[in-house]
Order: sequence, then C-alpha cells, then structure tokens
Amino acid sequence: MTQLSAGEIRIALIGAAAVAAAAMLPVFDQGFYLTLSLNIVLFAALCTAWTLFSGPTHYISLATAAFFGLGTYSVALGIDVLPFPVLVAAGGAVAALLAGLVGAATLRISGVYFVIFTLGLAELIRQIVSWTQVKLGASMGLYVFTDFSEAHIYWMMLALTVAVFATGWLITRSRLGFALQIIGNDEQVARHCGIDTARLKIVLFMISGAFIGMAGAILAPRYSYVEPPAAFSPTVSFLVVIMALLGGTRRLWGPLVGVVPFTIVMEFVSARFPNDTPIVIGLAFLAIVFVLPDGVLGRLEQLRARLRRSRPASPAAVAAKEPA
Amino acid sequence: MIRRTMLVLTASVAAFTMATGFAVAQDVLKLGASAPKTGPLAGGAAVTHWPNIKLWIHEVNGRGGLKVGDKRLKVELVEYDDKTSGEEAVKNIQRLATVDKVDFIVSPYGTGLNAATAPIIARHGYPHIAATAATDSVAVFAKRWPNSFWLLGSSTQQAQGAVAALEKARKAGHIGNRVAVVHVADAFGLELIAAGKPALQKAGFEIVYEANYPLGTQDLAPIVSQAKAARPDAFVAFSYPPDTFALTEQAQIQKLEVGAFYVGVGTAFPSYIGRFKDTANGILGIGGVNMASKEMQEYRRKHREVTNAEADYWASAMTYASLQILEQAIERAGTLDRAAVIAEIKKTPAKTVLGELPLADNINHRLWTVGQWQDGVFHGVASTGLEGAREPIRKPAWK
Amino acid sequence: MEILVTGILLGGTYALIALGLTLQYGVARIMNLANGETLVAAGFIAFWLFTSYQVSPLWGLLVIAPVAFAVNWAIYVWLLRPLVDRAKNQGMLEVDSILATFGLLFLFQGLMLRSFGGAYVSYTFLAERFTIFGSPYGLNRVVAFLAAALIGASLWSFLYLTRRGTAVRAVAVNPHSSNLVGIDVAGTAALAFALGGALTACGGTLLSTFYTFNASMGVLFTIKALIIVIMGGVGDVRGAVLAALILGVAETSVASLVDPGLTLSATYALFILVLLFRPQGIFGRQQT
Repeated sequence: MTQLSAGEIRIALIGAAAVAAAAMLPVFDQGFYLTLSLNIVLFAALCTAWTLFSGPTHYISLATAAFFGLGTYSVALGIDVLPFPVLVAAGGAVAALLAGLVGAATLRISGVYFVIFTLGLAELIRQIVSWTQVKLGASMGLYVFTDFSEAHIYWMMLALTVAVFATGWLITRSRLGFALQIIGNDEQVARHCGIDTARLKIVLFMISGAFIGMAGAILAPRYSYVEPPAAFSPTVSFLVVIMALLGGTRRLWGPLVGVVPFTIVMEFVSARFPNDTPIVIGLAFLAIVFVLPDGVLGRLEQLRARLRRSRPASPAAVAAKEPA
Repeated sequence: MIRRTMLVLTASVAAFTMATGFAVAQDVLKLGASAPKTGPLAGGAAVTHWPNIKLWIHEVNGRGGLKVGDKRLKVELVEYDDKTSGEEAVKNIQRLATVDKVDFIVSPYGTGLNAATAPIIARHGYPHIAATAATDSVAVFAKRWPNSFWLLGSSTQQAQGAVAALEKARKAGHIGNRVAVVHVADAFGLELIAAGKPALQKAGFEIVYEANYPLGTQDLAPIVSQAKAARPDAFVAFSYPPDTFALTEQAQIQKLEVGAFYVGVGTAFPSYIGRFKDTANGILGIGGVNMASKEMQEYRRKHREVTNAEADYWASAMTYASLQILEQAIERAGTLDRAAVIAEIKKTPAKTVLGELPLADNINHRLWTVGQWQDGVFHGVASTGLEGAREPIRKPAWK
Repeated sequence: MEILVTGILLGGTYALIALGLTLQYGVARIMNLANGETLVAAGFIAFWLFTSYQVSPLWGLLVIAPVAFAVNWAIYVWLLRPLVDRAKNQGMLEVDSILATFGLLFLFQGLMLRSFGGAYVSYTFLAERFTIFGSPYGLNRVVAFLAAALIGASLWSFLYLTRRGTAVRAVAVNPHSSNLVGIDVAGTAALAFALGGALTACGGTLLSTFYTFNASMGVLFTIKALIIVIMGGVGDVRGAVLAALILGVAETSVASLVDPGLTLSATYALFILVLLFRPQGIFGRQQT
C-alpha cells in the first residue's frame, strides 16, 4: 500500500475524534438521546454498508431486509446455545452467503429489474421463514433475553459502523477500489481492461450483506420478541435506500450526511405532529427533492467549491503557509 | 357521517387541550401513550386503543381530575405514533420517560410491541398494564418484569375457550365431531393452533381439515372450498381482521354450512356487524361481553357519545379497564410514586367495567374468550372466571 | 376447473392492481411508489359514497376515475415534470422519482388518516353467489374481473389501434427518438401518467367491494403491482395482464393442491425464476 497522505491522516484523526465523542454519549444520557443516537448509528451502518456495493455499481438493492432479518434470526435462534459474538459472526456469514447468491443474479439482471428482484427475494425469504416456523411446530421460542443494556448495543453498533467505514476506505485504496471505479464509469471498458466484473460485484455484495446481517444480529437483543414481519420488514430496505440516496452515494461518507438529518427531522416531526406525521413528512420529502437535487452530499460539495473559489488561495496552500 | 365524527373528535380534542392548557403546571398529571397510528396494526389500534384513552381522559377530567392526596390532577396526554415498529416504540417510551418526563404510561398496543417495550418500561419503573397482549408467554413476562400486568390472558386460554364453546354446541346437538381448523401463519395463529389442536382432540373432536395461510391474505376462496370438501360440522379460524372478513364472505358465498362458525380477531369489531348485518347472527369469535351488566351498558353508551364510535366487543373494554386499574391504584396510593402504585395494583383488585379484576400474580384470570353475535350484540358465551355467559345458538344457514 | 376459474378471477384482481403502474412506469418513467395509496384512496371514496349516499361503486367509478385522472395529471405537470426536465439521464430520474413519490406516499397516507381514520373499512356489495360451471363464486369478484378485462381490452385498442396510443408506445420505447419524429413527449408522458392513475383508482374502487382495507395498507398493493409490472416487462400491457393471470392461477393452485401457507412464497419464487430466465420480463425488450 502507498503512504498515507497528509489529508488522509487529517480525515482519520477527525474521524477518530468524532467516534470517541460519540462513544462518550452514554456517559451523559442513558435515555431518549441514547436511543435516538442508536437509531442514527444503526442506519449509518446500514446505509454505508449498502453504499459499499450500490455506490460504485449503481445497482439499487432492496434486499437489505433479508440480510438484516437473517442476522436477527441467527441471534434469536441461537441465543440460548452459543455466545453472542459467535452469533453475530454467524449472522454476518449467513447474510454473506445469501448475498453471494443474489450477487450471482446481477450477472443477468440489471436496472429496475434488479431493484424489484431483490424486493421479491427479501419477501420470499420472509415467507419461507414464516412457513418453516409453522411447520416446525409452535416452539416459536423467539424471545431474546440478554443482559445487554442500550449502551452496550450502542457501543457494538458504533464499532460495527467504524468497521464498515474502515473496510470501505481500505477498498477504495486497494486494487479492488480502482477496478470498481472503472466499472462504475463504464462496465464495458472495465471488462476490456481484463477486470473480472462479475466476481468483483459478487464479492462486494457479500461484504455489504455481511455487515447488514451483523447489524441485524447486534440489534436483536434490543427486542425481547422476534417475529418475521418485524425482522424482515420491507420498510428497512426502503428507508436505507432513501437515506443513502438523500445523502449521496458517490462518496463513502455520503450516506452519513443523509442519515443524520433524516433521522432528526423525522424525529422532530413525529414528536411535534403525532397525528399528522405522514402529511408533514410527505411535504418535507417533496421539498427536499426539489431543494437538494444532488442529495446533501452534492450540496455540500457545491458549497465547498464556492468557498474555495471565493478565497484567493486553496486551503492546502493556506495550510502550508502556516508555521509548523 | 365520517365527516361529522371527525368534526366532533377534533372539537372535543381541541376543547380538551384548551381546558388543560389553562391548568397550573403542578395540577396536571402527564400521561404518555405510544401506539400505532400508521403501519399494519394501526387498523386495530384505531378501534380498540386510542378511543378508550380519549374516553378515559374525558371521564376523569369531567370529574375534575384524578384525586391524588388532597389534590385534583387533570390528565394531560402526550401521544406518539410508533408506526407499528419496535424501534420506534422503544424510542417513544424513552422520549416519554426521559424528555417529556410523564408521570405514567399507557401500555402499547399488541403482543409484539408490548413485549418489545417491556424491558424499557421496566427500567424506568412505570407500571405496565398490557390490555392488548395475548400470548402464552404472559407468565414468563410477568415474572421477568414485576412492574408488568397482563390482562388479556394467554393464547391457550383463548384456544381452550373456543373448544369449550364447541363442546357446548355439540352438547346442544348443533354439531357433530368433524371440525375444520385454519389459522394465520404468525405467532398468534401458531400459539392458538398449538393449544387448540390438542384441546380439540382431547375433547373428542376429529380434525378433518387443517391449513394455514400467510399474514394479510385476503384471497381465501381455495381454503374455504377445501374446508367445505372435508364436510365439517364446525369451522374454526384463528384469523386477523382482513382475513376474518374475507373468510366470512367466502363461507357465505360458497355456502359452507356448519353448525358452529368461529373466526378470530375482528369478529368483535363494530365494522364486522356493520358489514355482515343479519348474516353475522350465530357467528362465534374471540371476545364477548356481558351486556346484562350495568357498568358495561354504561361504558358502551359513553364510548358512543364521547368518541362517536361503537366500542369493539373484546379488547376495548379491557383497554378501558386497564386505565381504570391505573386510576384507582393512583387514588388509593395517594401519590404519583410509581413503585407505590405498582404495589397498590397488586394488592387491591380494581372495580372495572368488567367487574373486579384481581392482579395478585400480575396476570388477569377473568376474561371473555368466546363471544357470539346474537341479534346485533356480541354476547359472551365462554369465559374464564366471569359471570353472565349465554348459551350459544346454532349457526343458521347462510343466506 | 374450480381452481382455474378462481385463479383467473384472482388474476383479474391483480391486473387491476398493476395496469395503472405499468403505464406510469413504462411510459412516463415514474416509478410511482404511491401507487398503492392511490388505490386505497379510491377504495375509501367508494366506501364513503356507498355508505353515505348509497352510490353503487360501479356508478362511483364515473366520479372517481375522472377525479383521479385530473389529480394525477396535476401531480405530473406540477410535481414530476420539473424532475423529468432536470434529470440528465434515466438513472437520475429514477432516483428522483423514487424520492418524490415516496413523499407522495406519506402525504396521501396522512390525508387518508386525517379524513377517514385508521380503522379497517369494508362493506358488502354484490357479495352474492354467481355460478360458473356449477361452482359458486363471489359476484363482486366476477364483476371486478369483467371490468379488468374491459379496461385491459380498451387500453390495448387505444395503444395499438389509435394514433395517440402509438405515440404512447413510441415514448415507452424511446422518448428521445420519439421527440425526433415529432411526438409531443412531455404531453404524452403526462397523459400516460394521468391515465395510469385513473386506472389504479378504478382498480381500488372495484377491489374495495371485496377487500377489507385501511389507510396503512397501500404499500402491500404497491409491492404486488411492482412484481407484476416487472414480471410482465416494463411498459407492456399484455405482459402485465399475462403476469397477473399467471400469478393468480399459480397462487390458487398452490393453495388448493400444495399448502395455502406457501401461496406468497410461490408468487415470489415464480417471479424470481421468470427474471432469472428472462431478465427483461415476459414481454420486455432486451435492454441495450
């Protein structure tokens, strides 16, 4: 690997500081703000993991609920038998396995067909899980009782989010990332360059799916009661796509700038207008589409570009002039 | 009609918020509520859950408020939509407990959401009086969270009630031994079938057809036609509202003639009788009330007056009772201290619209399990520990 | 025989759910996530007309369809056309339309909750026995099927036998080239979107005669519609109808012959198989 540049070190430091600050949160509040932050961190992990695959390849996947639910189920089924970390790993592995199969479908299906294909697949898995439970008798037994507190789950989820970011960053730095860039620009060109596009896409989808599965596994202890409609809720798939698109998928940190404002605005609206939440959210959404045509990410980059233009010299040059 | 309902509702809510708005801060009891207003369970909550909270607050504030010590506290409601999602529900309870700092919390709606929020409600020490959770795990829950009370009984009780009603029908000569059983493929349907099948076999019934269908299915013609082909004497479906309606309509269309016809959740809804009218006569289902009781008549009248809608004939009264239990425990304890109120709920049975409900072991053992539509009223025909059961009538032929 | 008839009737129901979306997505290129909400809203209005004014849902169609046409026209012209105009490529439009119609979904749902409440709604209309080959079926389902057939047939003749319809199909195939041959692409897309909305509303009206529904159920119909549209091939009416019939018959056969618990699994499995072997849908054209 190449040397880290000054800019990268700076980003890493800022990131580490942000994570450290976030990790301190449970010390100050164990109540609502912790819960809200957990939801933010959860979706940050999900959306970023989703973007690992969908960002460079432009395939929109609605299979998130399937991976997530499999993770949850791995924990729910095994919580009395195996230690929790093993189950989280198992959840990731099962999800990755499924992702491998779905990824294989990308060889044939693309565009909107892939979108609805993944939606159908997630629903199929939910139906099969329900049916299997019926056939295996009434020992649903899917109560998840652990001694984890909200803070524990929060820390685990935060760690997972860091892992997702680290993986994403490593990918962009690796040969894999370079290949992906080419695929993203033009898949045909990539194939002519001798890149095995099919294998690449599958591997990437498996990584992404594994992380989503692990997120589902980590979250399982939060609900004492697990059943298919909740664990495989298609809402999760839709929310992930929407938050990630809102943020922007061209950069690793794009989804993050979508998740944070989205969750907070949703929260504000549902607390302020409990009886008209859907109306207000609907209007807010339409407004966002018109005001932020390129997502939050696009708007931020625009701002930065404008700032840079208004200054006489580039920030890097300014930094260099400052005494060390 | 709907428009008028809406107007009256909004007007009463507006009047209520204005009334409480002027009250001095410490003369107010803040009550928190989080339940579905959207999502899959919103349909049930709109009938059973929300109207009873409105009604109870209307009643209490009409009386001048809750009597706590020597003060009268008006009740003020802080309500959130949990979108039928466990994540949202947990977050709402946290917000109610730590941001709004409410004095008490109304239990969420449905088994799953009550179970999902139980740990967090327990951690904040609120009494958790679940009126709409029916599962075989209530004993486990009650032991795990001593602050929680479970009013709607277990699936086993519900299933055994159904079998008991069939036995009564058999004794009266309405049906023979052949029973067709179908159920929805979710936790609720599974628990009911798991308890119902052995109970049926033990009672000497022969199960001639058994099937399940996915949650939310409304195209049930194949199931009814196959059940009919098995020539049953009785038809039992552990179903949910959309499929309860669909099964009834299909049975009517295909003329599935049985001496006892039982469908699950939703049979007790006012919209059920609104849709099927006279055809509903003789149909059995989960729930039931004792209409001979003065308190019940009075409750249903007020429900109609205040919320402009009929109460359902199952969990509506239980939801209202859960608030009465809370009310009486607070007044007896004479304090807003949650631990004292919990102790008081356990100690003295409350007098509710359903009669006295003792909760010494955190579980209510007095409830209606099966009701039957008889001339436009859903009378209780089987119960555990409650008086006033009617004899089931034979299901007349479909029109 | 009974299985086949039940399945075909169910297929008619599914066709009603999906026909509107196939126009909206196939021609106007808007992946309308609020499709199910349009359907449910029409059901609510039919219910309201029926219970308050004793207007039969069939007469109700005469009110509901034009209203839905006008509303959808307005939505397209005011809300969606700016997005179409600013989109640089199909991908961008897809993202924008998903986000915008997601907003519409919430908006519609909220308005329905406001005006009709959240409770389950159903009424009895034509729940009479209708005998075909000696077996009884619900007359309301038969009527819905006939309406679906009628709508499907008139849509087909409009698309394949009229000039305007040919323009619509041309836009479905290639908006850019259509523009070159002098077709008013913007107007045609608006027409297709509005027509699609009106069809969906007709479907909702007819479905409300036998389905129980509430304000939160729209997304179930949207998912079903998406599956059917994609399975049939985007923008192809024949494909959508065929896919709907296949699903109806398949679900009924599985429910009758295998296990009713597996009906939905069968739907999705079938859908996935079709896509794996014909990635562009039954009637879809190979994408370039």
